[in-house]
Amino acid sequence: MNYVIVGNSVAAVGAIRAIRAQDQQGTITVVSRERHTAYGRPLISYLLGGVITEKGMPYLPENFYDQQRVNLLLATEVASVDTVAKRVLFTTGESLPYDKLLLATGGDPFLPPIEGMADRDRVYTFTTWDDAAKLKAVSADIQRAVVIGGGLIGLKAAEGLNLLNKSVTVIELADRVLSSAFDRPAGKIVARKMRANGIDVITEDTVVRIEGEGATITGVTLKSGDFIPCDTVVVAIGVRPAAGFLKGSGVEVNRGIVVDDRMQSSVPDIFAAGDVAEARDFFSDQKNPMPIWPDAYIQGDIAGTAMAGAEKGYEGGLAMNSIEFFKVSTISMGVTNPRDPVEYDILTFLDSDNYQYRKIVLDKAGHLVGAVLVGNVDRAGIFAGLIRNRVEVTPFREQLLTPEFGFIHLPPAIRKERFGQRGYSWPQPCFDGNGGGH
Amino acid sequence: MKRIYAIEEACIGCHLCEVGCITEHSLTKDPVKAFLHEAERPIARCTVEELDGGVLSISTTCRHCDAPDCLQTCISGAIQKQADGRVLIDTAKCVGCWSCVMACPFGAVQRNLKKKKANKCDLCPDRDLPACVSACPNRALVFREGN
Ligand SMILES: Cc1cc2nc3c(=O)[nH]c(=O)nc-3n(C[C@H](O)[C@H](O)[C@H](O)COP(=O)(O)OP(=O)(O)OC[C@H]3O[C@@H](n4cnc5c(N)ncnc54)[C@H](O)[C@@H]3O)c2cc1C
Ligand code: SF4
Ligand code: SF4
Repeated sequence: MNYVIVGNSVAAVGAIRAIRAQDQQGTITVVSRERHTAYGRPLISYLLGGVITEKGMPYLPENFYDQQRVNLLLATEVASVDTVAKRVLFTTGESLPYDKLLLATGGDPFLPPIEGMADRDRVYTFTTWDDAAKLKAVSADIQRAVVIGGGLIGLKAAEGLNLLNKSVTVIELADRVLSSAFDRPAGKIVARKMRANGIDVITEDTVVRIEGEGATITGVTLKSGDFIPCDTVVVAIGVRPAAGFLKGSGVEVNRGIVVDDRMQSSVPDIFAAGDVAEARDFFSDQKNPMPIWPDAYIQGDIAGTAMAGAEKGYEGGLAMNSIEFFKVSTISMGVTNPRDPVEYDILTFLDSDNYQYRKIVLDKAGHLVGAVLVGNVDRAGIFAGLIRNRVEVTPFREQLLTPEFGFIHLPPAIRKERFGQRGYSWPQPCFDGNGGGH
Repeated sequence: MKRIYAIEEACIGCHLCEVGCITEHSLTKDPVKAFLHEAERPIARCTVEELDGGVLSISTTCRHCDAPDCLQTCISGAIQKQADGRVLIDTAKCVGCWSCVMACPFGAVQRNLKKKKANKCDLCPDRDLPACVSACPNRALVFREGN
């Protein structure tokens, strides 16, 4: 079997491991536009801010590609896919045949048309290692930066620049930062923390024009009419599935590449996973892109398994994010800000002064469907597990908001299943050889 | 592989597993010195949960999962599954993003806030029997082959 994977990030890695778990013989070729081997994309803000060095960037153990016997074609861009001849065509004109193809091309930064942007030097995006390196290279000359977009990537860019002691202003169209993951109280707490640390956050406004002379930026004009002086602009409005190369290929692309629960696209033998894919949502049968790291890994794993002829079920994409701002941890997952709150049972605890917030969202059937934790995020994964397993939580509803919440509040059967061993109970004779210190 | 299993009926809520774990991962491997004098005293990798003042208690710890959520979620690649099945965190690579804390359905990853590093059970590489299992006075923790 001849497997070809386009893209060499987390979705690809999940797929490589899954293929090799089934098929030791087949050839795997990975084609990537970037010149690096797989790296922690979310680490680029840490790199920019000097929290880690380039040595900390690689995502995989050094011998990974050898051990998994992967042919790696770096700095090679796929221009199109010929689904009839089953070949991927490179921008160089060369091509490569495949039996099974995985498209794991991730997202491209979205650049809206902003007046005055085209002719300026210091306009950056922030989604790749090279983006971070470019910003870092000019950072000595940056005094004031404006970050357009208060989502995950924008806030990460702002944090990186702040760590370099640059003055930063984040401009967000919504009424709060991280509007997709947070509700108002959480967004407010985080924005307050950022302001306290010298990042200015402007909400419900947007940049209409980048001002300057020649290639040099002098500032940005906002929709409200305000002018913010700056010399550098980072555009971080979001990413769009990188599926442009599929035009005319016959592969169905909606917002992303539409896939089934095996991550197969509308064309047999072509699969997609990660930020580029549009797969089923955990809570509904609707399909939507879910541009987060863990989902990319999981989808890659499922795609690789299917490509190698086996089967693994997909439970649907579940949004989750863990982000820390100036020592305030935040974790959000699932439904955090329902449009029709009356349809849900929502519990909250707020201690704004101490940057503590908890919000737990149950559906009408008493299942946990979402959580926002700010400050104390310990053991947040227990909530993720309860959501995934669709556990009914009404019997211990009151405990969900307390920081001590744990397995002890759950039915004993769940504890036994998770931490006990089937068929093994206490007391056991001392000579059964399984230790216990006696 | 061998894993740690908990028998809650036998747990007396004494937290000695946590003491054993902290001691094993300390510099001196001496409980008194570790608790009194070590500036960077480790934090326990197992968590004893209690209800009603200890009437009910259980020691929870990492399952060393076959398809670990923590690994899939780790943005830095710090978490890897070893050939022997152990799921380990390379602290040098960890950036303290707490994604693993968010993902582990067993609540088995701790935040070491002082070091800004994630912390979890490593099954005590220097020992035959994990320290928590040895420390339990009522055999409420066992180390057995299982999945
Ligand atoms: C700054 C930043 C911070 C983030 N922080 C977090 C976080 O904390 N938590 C989280 O869950 N997620 C985070 N994300 C999102 C996360 O990085 C993505 O969800 C994840 O990287 C998606 O992985 P992927 O494998 O689908 O694709 P990507 O990581 O996007 O990789 C796709 C690769 O394919 C290559 N490629 C694209 N087109 C072609 C082509 N035609 N030919 C050849 N190669 C091609 C690209 O160059 C790229 O290398 C962050 C993202 C950014 C930018
Ligand atoms: S930390 Fe959690 S997810 Fe990771 S291996 Fe242990 S139990 Fe599994
Ligand atoms: S805290 Fe460390 S180990 Fe956990 S996900 Fe982040 S980088 Fe990985």
